[in-house]
Amino acid sequence: MTDRPLLSVRDLRVTLPVHRGAALHVVRGLSFDVRPGEALALIGESGAGKSMVARAVLGTAPYGATVTGSVRLGERELVGARTRELRAVRGRRVALIPQDALSVLSPMHTVGGQLVRALRSNQRLSRARAHELAVAALDRVGIPDAARRARAYPHEFSGGMRQRAVIAMAMVNEPEVVFADEPTTALDPRNARLVLDLLADLRRDTGAALVLITHDLAVVRGHADRIVVAYAGRHVESGPAGRVLAEPRAPYTAGLVAAVPPEEAPDRRLPAIGGSPPSPSDLPEGCAFAPRCPLADAHCRVAAPDPVATGAFGHLVSCHRWQDVPVPAHTLFSRVAT
Amino acid sequence: MDDDQPLLRVRDLVVRYPGTGRNPVPVAPAVDGVSFDLRAGQTLALVGESGSGKSSTAAAVTGLLRPESGSVRFRGRELTTLPERELRALRPALQPVFQDPYGSLSPRLRVRDAVAEPLRVQRRWDRATGPARVDALLERVGLDPGLGARLPHELSGGQCQRVGIARALACEPEVLVLDEPVSALDASVRAGVLNLLTELQDDLGLGYLFICHDLALVRHVAHDALVLREGRIVESGPARRVCTAPEHAYTRALVAAAPVQAPGAGLGPVASAS
Repeated sequence: MTDRPLLSVRDLRVTLPVHRGAALHVVRGLSFDVRPGEALALIGESGAGKSMVARAVLGTAPYGATVTGSVRLGERELVGARTRELRAVRGRRVALIPQDALSVLSPMHTVGGQLVRALRSNQRLSRARAHELAVAALDRVGIPDAARRARAYPHEFSGGMRQRAVIAMAMVNEPEVVFADEPTTALDPRNARLVLDLLADLRRDTGAALVLITHDLAVVRGHADRIVVAYAGRHVESGPAGRVLAEPRAPYTAGLVAAVPPEEAPDRRLPAIGGSPPSPSDLPEGCAFAPRCPLADAHCRVAAPDPVATGAFGHLVSCHRWQDVPVPAHTLFSRVAT
Repeated sequence: MDDDQPLLRVRDLVVRYPGTGRNPVPVAPAVDGVSFDLRAGQTLALVGESGSGKSSTAAAVTGLLRPESGSVRFRGRELTTLPERELRALRPALQPVFQDPYGSLSPRLRVRDAVAEPLRVQRRWDRATGPARVDALLERVGLDPGLGARLPHELSGGQCQRVGIARALACEPEVLVLDEPVSALDASVRAGVLNLLTELQDDLGLGYLFICHDLALVRHVAHDALVLREGRIVESGPARRVCTAPEHAYTRALVAAAPVQAPGAGLGPVASAS
């Protein structure tokens, strides 16, 4: 496996128009690479711009959105590319497993029919051959009796099976990169685990890179090689998954790690980050996390930090005070409510 | 108060939903013989996959649906046979908090009206003291009373959930039925809302029926746990024991599927914070 990135995102900015007041800056200069075949987790909370990153990469940002910066897939620049060029990439080389997998299937068409359509709009295939491939794709995601189920409508599928069908649809053209947007949020832990394991299997079998978009650190464990943490559309911390989870250097990451209930706890209360995530329409000057950060000082409130290397391999952190983040990091946050 | 008497005593609860129009045959019961006790100041977790009967149990306990058979006693009073009018008088004592923080608030009610609504419905609204009471409730759940003029869409998910909790507290409940209260919240605000619930329990002696499918959380915040599968209890006991040394194969499968704490995540024994 080469170290050359498959997908290279540089200084990506997405701005949405609004009817009143200033434009919404949802993604504010995010850079990251996706290497061939790796599993990358993109972590952030709602409003952190995670989903918008995927949409910007696929060229499906909402109408009126301004996308700047660069997204390179191999030699091809995707930002500003023409629709025809994007069509050759979308679904074929870069695929998306959308967030609300239960509502993306058309209720009017059979599941197999929708897979056939996804296949035939990207590849020259006979109907019969496409149908064979569709059934094989359903079989590969573990839908029992795939040949018969292909003729069923989405409402005849259970929630877990629909999720699998959507995954099958994303994988059916054997893309090089798959974005999975919150693939487990609507599922109970057992189904969540099954879906994550399935994604891992598919990645191994097809060699596709996986970008796992989630707000849940627990999901990431064991399913990501590298992590990129974003907050309010900006880079917070990135690096090898084990490193970032074990020794987070940004206070925000530290708070997320600390909020996972530990095996043994002296107290029923958890170390908690205070406050709420900022709204994209009302972003603070300087570091967006500063209002919630126990380490923030006057400098943090006026100057947004840029990524710096911590010295550990591939580990970058965007925090003025990263050297003051304690180990273990949970001591940074109080166990008191509010 | 008699300490030996549980707040809530549920025995052999059976809930069955009627079949649909085209298929009127009654289906298998959603809850099938569930029994438990809930004491003041205690948290009982209901654990199980979707469809295991957790929410149906909660609905029967809060009097939102009539069980087919079985008994639900709140402070010794049988709820299942109580006439609707008397049940209404008891409802404030058993309050639900729902999973979806936005969905559980009316999009057109301002926060202060949403919190006042239960008081008005219960005819406890006093024009003179009401507004101050609403402000006090908002402060109690860690919200700035200045947010009272906002609408739900102007709040974050965590703030909405706190409004939901304030609503539940408005009528001085004794039992809160928490249906996945944090699973729809962002990771960074989850711990804060859980801590709030823990503090409220410690201060007010509330009993919590805590529906949750995150076993790590159950182990951490619940005193006892009940594992449900297809409407039946497969295992029950102290939450820590159920989550760390499950006896039933089904519970073991749930535990195995739960995400685990990172080894060496810097969360070992708590050093003195300084």
